[in-house]
Amino acid sequence: MSVNMGNVLGLVFANMHDMTVGELTKNRTMGSVLFGGRYRLIDFPLSNMVNSGIDSVGVITKDNYQSLLDHLGSAREWDLARKKGGLYILPPFGNANAALYTGRIEALNGAMSFIKHSLCDYVILSDCDIVTNIDYRPIVDAHEESGADITVVAHTGVYTNEEIKMSTVLNKDESGRVTGVLIRPDISGTCTTSLNMFVMKKSFLIDLVNDLIARGQVSFESDVLQAKCGELNIQAYEYNNYFSKIYSVGSYFAANMALLEPENAKQLYLPKRAIYTKVSDNAPAKYDLNCNVKNSLIADGCIIEGDVENSVIFRGVKVGKGAKVKNCILMQGTVVNDGAECSYLITDKNVNVGANRMLISSPEYPMYVGKEASL
Amino acid sequence: MFNKKECVAMLLAGGQGSRLYALTQTVAKPAVPFGAKYRIIDFPLSNCINSGIDTVGVLTQYQPLVLNEYIGNGQPWDLDRLHGGVHVLSPYEKASGKDWYSGTANAIYQNIPFIERYDPDYVVVLSGDHIYKMDYNKMLDFHKAKNAAATIAVLDVPKEEASRFGIMITDEDDNIIDFEEKPANPRSTLASMGIYIFDWKKLKKFLIANEEDENASKDFGKNIIPDMREAGEKLVAYRFDGYWKDVGTIDSLWEANMDLINPNIPIDLYDPAWKIYSRNPILPPQSIGKKAEIQNSMVTEGCFIDGSIEFSIISDGVTVEEGAVIYDSILMPGAHIKKGAKVEYAIVGEDTVIGENAQIGARPETIEDKDTWGVAVVGNKLNISDGANVLPKAIIYEDM
Repeated sequence: MSVNMGNVLGLVFANMHDMTVGELTKNRTMGSVLFGGRYRLIDFPLSNMVNSGIDSVGVITKDNYQSLLDHLGSAREWDLARKKGGLYILPPFGNANAALYTGRIEALNGAMSFIKHSLCDYVILSDCDIVTNIDYRPIVDAHEESGADITVVAHTGVYTNEEIKMSTVLNKDESGRVTGVLIRPDISGTCTTSLNMFVMKKSFLIDLVNDLIARGQVSFESDVLQAKCGELNIQAYEYNNYFSKIYSVGSYFAANMALLEPENAKQLYLPKRAIYTKVSDNAPAKYDLNCNVKNSLIADGCIIEGDVENSVIFRGVKVGKGAKVKNCILMQGTVVNDGAECSYLITDKNVNVGANRMLISSPEYPMYVGKEASL
Repeated sequence: MFNKKECVAMLLAGGQGSRLYALTQTVAKPAVPFGAKYRIIDFPLSNCINSGIDTVGVLTQYQPLVLNEYIGNGQPWDLDRLHGGVHVLSPYEKASGKDWYSGTANAIYQNIPFIERYDPDYVVVLSGDHIYKMDYNKMLDFHKAKNAAATIAVLDVPKEEASRFGIMITDEDDNIIDFEEKPANPRSTLASMGIYIFDWKKLKKFLIANEEDENASKDFGKNIIPDMREAGEKLVAYRFDGYWKDVGTIDSLWEANMDLINPNIPIDLYDPAWKIYSRNPILPPQSIGKKAEIQNSMVTEGCFIDGSIEFSIISDGVTVEEGAVIYDSILMPGAHIKKGAKVEYAIVGEDTVIGENAQIGARPETIEDKDTWGVAVVGNKLNISDGANVLPKAIIYEDM
């Protein structure tokens, strides 16, 4: 019997992993990091939840959330402006004596009254670091069937040391039960990593958080997954569809560039499970008489008069006459003036690259230019 | 409870668009895709909200399904309001009997109760098949300053084109003293744009009188305006000098699309102060492939382009495969152009598939007999087989 997804509460952690992408989150949450030409990272977990039939979602945020609030608005674009359920934004309680939380458990504790008042029996927790198009229905069903306390969405594959050092590694037996957990180990090779999406009963989550808070334990990874994998039944749900994990500026750059490959884009943008985002009513992109655009993603509102190659161009970007843009991510409103040359550049919103300027970086260290900067 | 509105707009969107038949078999003309990401009706609706008019009745009759669904609750145009907003008004059965809208004036007449709920001082009557950006508020100010019963927006057209339009003859104070419909020898070059502002109380009186006259054709141009003039009401012409185009024919629809990529034509879709809103199709950014060549064109979301495109308008979700060539053409949403196909001076309808190496339309310079040349049209949801040849000026309704 499958679980009615209306009985599942979604919880999205907007700030988790903020520290991993450096300056990209200087003025925003991980969830509001711009991605793929017209999205923000939180669009993926939100759209996945909505497309799975979840109609009640809480977004847990801590700080830097102005851009997040602006992006989500009334949540109408995700079809979450509802009477029954819908989207709830859960900032920390502003109490003079309270310090901001540090870990997932404290964050959940801060949202406890919301969780308790929800009528749902199940919860799905998700971070914003995984870009994928995932259907949660079979995962909730598998959770119910296995009788697990916690189901962790996981992927088994070959990982570099750099990736694993930013991941939670799960050892599991043949039945899929997690028997051991390594947190950010210094290894490489084939292993199973957590995708930071978890399913559990709501009552189980409430008891778990209350118990951990009473003991002063704050980390879901070390105090629950690692410490309790013997006593709890923690199941790994193997997920093998297309995904990218964002754990550094380099992986952010690579995850964007991966979408230039049509095969990858087809697996992320499924016609029946669309990725929703805020609508900005831009005019279509305009290609000028002498432009030359190859192997790139271009969003609406762009005016392209120069050359663009191997790049991801967000909404409302202008590339002037004779300008050359190669291997770049140009976020919303960036202007590359006539004759300028950019390579391996990530420009944040509304950056202005002056006429005839040359900004050339290397694939190992793409150069990041902060919001509103003028070069 | 309804709050009073100074001005209510009534948008005539019931037209079948018989001259666009290949594209309007299952959709009303105002719902025909335009300019890559819009539908024609986005222009008057966006003009309304940008002019501060937040109460709009959309009068539909022919094939309303797509149009109704497109307009929905009006949210994309900011017309989902507690008071006012956009309302789709279809003909309905009344205690006195059933009535289709039998003319433009009759359509407004049948919706007098809708208008009266807002107790307006003025009513703007608009048409759903024109492409233009216009501040109706400025026209309303003019109407008030002139203390007119009716104001008709006019465009000064070249003398040789004047015989295609309804022409207004005015005195030096812009009072309309006479008018003629498509005159062979026009006495003026002021063409009616099909945009009217009326004093509501007066319009209501004339609508009721017109309805009682069994011989009347229940039309604004043929009855209401002439009746008002005969009764000695003050009619004035409001001169508009921006871009305006009626897109009622295949040629004008094609031209108006091409105007968007002509730098010499003054219609700016990129002005943040006067956005044209549309219902968003929810698609990823356009993906431009390694073999693509795109120049002087407009392309929108969800497209995958690996062929050559020049001077063309490419709507959402279109695929142009490697080696395909698109020149001076309009591809409507979801069209799929396979490898090696050539589309020149053509309109390809929604979700239509053009097979490999097919040839659709031709460039005028390649045709000797100029009378046989014209824009080729392939209708919606068709399959054109590999290697097929659609001649210029042909209009295709069925698979081939």
